[in-house]
Amino acid sequence: MRHGVARFVTGFLALPVGLYLFYVVWPFLQAAGYSLTDWGGYSDRQQFVGLDNYLRLFSDELIRKAFWHNVFFLITVPLFTIALALFLAFLLNVGGREDKAGIRGVFGSGLYKVIFFFPQVLSLVVIAVMWQQIYRADGQGLINGMLMKIGLVSEDDPITFMYDPEPFLGVPAVLWWLLLIAVWSGAGFYMVLFSAAMQSIPKDVYEAAILDGAGRFHTFFRITLPLLRDTVSVAWVYLGFIALDMYALVFVMTPSQGGPNHASEIFASVLNFTAFQKGQFGYACAMGVALAIFTILLAALQLRITRRERIEY
Amino acid sequence: MSTVTHTPGGLAGPDQTPPPARTPPQRAAVGGGRAGARFFNGFSHLFLAVWAIMVVYPLLWVVMSALKTDSEVIRKPLSLIPERLQWDNFARAWTEGHIGSFFLNTILVLTGSVFLTMLLGSMAAYVLARYEFRGNRLIYYMFLSGLTLPIYLAAVPLFKGVYNTGVVLPFLGPNSHLMLILVYVAWSLSFTVFFMHSFFRTLPTAIAEAGMVDGASHSRLFFSVMLPMAKPGLISIGIFNVLGQWNQWYLPTLLMQSVAGEPKNQVISQGLIELSVNQGYRSDWSGLFAGVTMAMLPVLIVYIVFQRQVQSGLTAGVSK
Repeated sequence: MRHGVARFVTGFLALPVGLYLFYVVWPFLQAAGYSLTDWGGYSDRQQFVGLDNYLRLFSDELIRKAFWHNVFFLITVPLFTIALALFLAFLLNVGGREDKAGIRGVFGSGLYKVIFFFPQVLSLVVIAVMWQQIYRADGQGLINGMLMKIGLVSEDDPITFMYDPEPFLGVPAVLWWLLLIAVWSGAGFYMVLFSAAMQSIPKDVYEAAILDGAGRFHTFFRITLPLLRDTVSVAWVYLGFIALDMYALVFVMTPSQGGPNHASEIFASVLNFTAFQKGQFGYACAMGVALAIFTILLAALQLRITRRERIEY
Repeated sequence: MSTVTHTPGGLAGPDQTPPPARTPPQRAAVGGGRAGARFFNGFSHLFLAVWAIMVVYPLLWVVMSALKTDSEVIRKPLSLIPERLQWDNFARAWTEGHIGSFFLNTILVLTGSVFLTMLLGSMAAYVLARYEFRGNRLIYYMFLSGLTLPIYLAAVPLFKGVYNTGVVLPFLGPNSHLMLILVYVAWSLSFTVFFMHSFFRTLPTAIAEAGMVDGASHSRLFFSVMLPMAKPGLISIGIFNVLGQWNQWYLPTLLMQSVAGEPKNQVISQGLIELSVNQGYRSDWSGLFAGVTMAMLPVLIVYIVFQRQVQSGLTAGVSK
């Protein structure tokens, strides 16, 4: 019998573990190894350079820029997406009329949920190509065209969107425009998530609050929001990953994939540029390892901050 | 859900006296009054409707622009009603823009990769969740670690590994469907194992034990008892993988570059990127819009049909 179990376990694990080792683990380990060399990627010549690549990271102007852009997304993407999603979920679930059964959701909330979820099922590439057309820097673009029609923007001076490196609140405008896309595509999903969490809060909690004389705003801020804490913190961690993964948008939408003039560089775009355009694979791998360490630390930190006793009901 | 129920008598009644307002006086006083509630209700609708338009309008604009002529796209970019429906835009994007073949490539790859991901993923998750053996935790954490590591880090060695494999086994080299299937499976295993692991843990042990007593082998137990019981979990993770792999663009861009003379095996995301880059030179705007529409509509339609499953499938993926 013992023997049978061992054979079964090995048989079931062999293929998945084998594939995973070959296509995922091994490349990662190799990357860590290359990061200690000056390998260019195309030649067979590679020399061990120790931690030189890592030290170089600290004095690299481009990396520093990309790092702050990543931090910008890391803060703003979760912040704006969650705020908007919570607000939409709030309107959806308590915006309706009040009656004996308490406060209801608005009429048609099911339809709203279906629509708000649309961007979630579209691929990032579809979203990027679509927004490229929306953001066109002439009257043919959706936004510029509309603004010209109502006379807010003159035809000679359209909004340049992806070509605008001018800082707004200290951050290049192009990043704000990218942020808008991220929030547009993410809000619906998290709204549905929060909405489901809101509906799993038992009705009698609300009934008790209403009996005690709480209005809908009080109920929301004193009861719903605290009870949603778990969901919100999970959402924050996930959006953090998404914020680190804005590369698809940068890749498709910005001029020369990180432009104009490096105004929209993020870690991933610098990494790809260094590896495939500049041909410095060793250095690019060091960037990747640094990014991985950064991601893991961040995930650990977020889980630590947001951890709290679970409320059972 | 907000279903306003009308009593049949109230609707058909001959005398249309308004029903007496039943506002509990005490609640009205705190909640800002009936007028306040009505205002808030109106505000909710207004805001929700504005956001709904912001979501739908761009999509509609893309679909409608796909039905215009090029000159119409330039002359009247904003109009939502084409002068005459230009179906040949779709034909052009389908053949000249290669969307057609890329579409079929994607479906071919996904059929294999999603099936294998589900099979291998749940096999591994099941063994890791229900059997004690040395190295169990190690393997589990190995799978888990893949969730946090950025894919870009592995890009260069992965490309090299695939390239070297291709020298010996061409059907596993760059620009091959089978290779892409295996790569998709490997990169989807992390989350699939993580998700199914927690799912298999929740299944009751009594049934498994009963099966054992009846003399079922371990693998028979898995395929005919445990897997059917895990169906809700499988649906969720299945939807998650279909969408995730359909939307994948980085791995194909890295691994599916066809050298001149090789067959074009690219997937749909690459086709779109190609269209959007080329459109700058050829200014085939309507063709581009048609390409985006064709990549977008199938997913949207599937979503609308199965919206409940898709929503709960994807959100379950996050809240596990």
